[in-house]
Amino acid sequence: MADVVVNDGRAPAHPEGGPPRVPAFDIIPLKGLPFVALALIGLIVAIVSNSLWALTFFHVLGGGLWTGIDLFVGLIIGPILGRLSIPARIEFSVRFMPKMLLIMPTLVAMTLGAGYQLARHVGNLKADYPHHGWLVASYIIVAIMALIALGLLEPANLAVLFELKKPRPNGERIARLMKVFVYTAGITGLMQLATIFIMTFLASR
Amino acid sequence: MSTPAAPAAVDPVEARQSSLPPTARLATLTLAFILSAGVYMAANTSRAASMVPADVIAVIALLCLVANVVLLARTKEFAWNMFFLVFRWALLAYAIIAGILEFVFVFDHTPSSRLAILTTLLLMFALDVPLILAFSVARYQPLPSDAS
Repeated sequence: MADVVVNDGRAPAHPEGGPPRVPAFDIIPLKGLPFVALALIGLIVAIVSNSLWALTFFHVLGGGLWTGIDLFVGLIIGPILGRLSIPARIEFSVRFMPKMLLIMPTLVAMTLGAGYQLARHVGNLKADYPHHGWLVASYIIVAIMALIALGLLEPANLAVLFELKKPRPNGERIARLMKVFVYTAGITGLMQLATIFIMTFLASR
Repeated sequence: MSTPAAPAAVDPVEARQSSLPPTARLATLTLAFILSAGVYMAANTSRAASMVPADVIAVIALLCLVANVVLLARTKEFAWNMFFLVFRWALLAYAIIAGILEFVFVFDHTPSSRLAILTTLLLMFALDVPLILAFSVARYQPLPSDAS
């Protein structure tokens, strides 16, 4: 099946000649906000209680989902999306991207907030911790991931959603931004594997 | 002989991109400085290391942020309404995230000198990320003058 070729910077024509149909959607899915609030309240309770189990739970759950989703989007969803027709990509994007806008920052906050407190709790932040160098390496990897996620991935995600809200979305622009989103998700996912390597190494010492 | 294709209409939004200031790049650079200072401070938690490198990096980040805001403020042809709409909501979201991190540092009785630098970094973080997000959306929005 041949893909629709977009060569004029505008959205590809609908079979009847109009712009592609974009289903109605909310940029921020309001139904998801209570879940975000619940996760953040749980994180604060875990930090205040300094419970080893709760901190480990939030750190491992957040980190595992963050890695899994990034890798799945970058390496599985991305290539599939690239082979879909433009209307199918739009259908998928309007249902998928708003959810990512809520899920990813929440997972990042859970992982990093609980992780820092967990490291403090078990004494990994102490000056005499024997594997301090490994810990610093993980900070550097996380900083690079945060830079990619906040500087490229999330802006691309948001820009796609606002583009899709226009009466005549620009298909070429959406494709360009989606490529940024998918590639950066894959890169951060691969970097997450390096973090998991360090974390499991430290946990097994 | 085939008729040459009519030239595609110039998209005013795309045409305007080259005249916009490098806000996204400068904001990402600012974020890189903020994160670098954060990594330095985290790496030296519980150590009596000098905080001067973190101070210097924080000042550079602040200068980048101020320069970025000044450059953007001078832009006339820009979807300011959309910019502020996204900026407000993003600011709320990132203020909550920064607030949680600040809470962790206060809760852990971080020494006041370190807490001051961390608070400054978090404030810049809470302003810089919404700046990237709002600019990334507003740059692709049409202006009323585009219709003509």
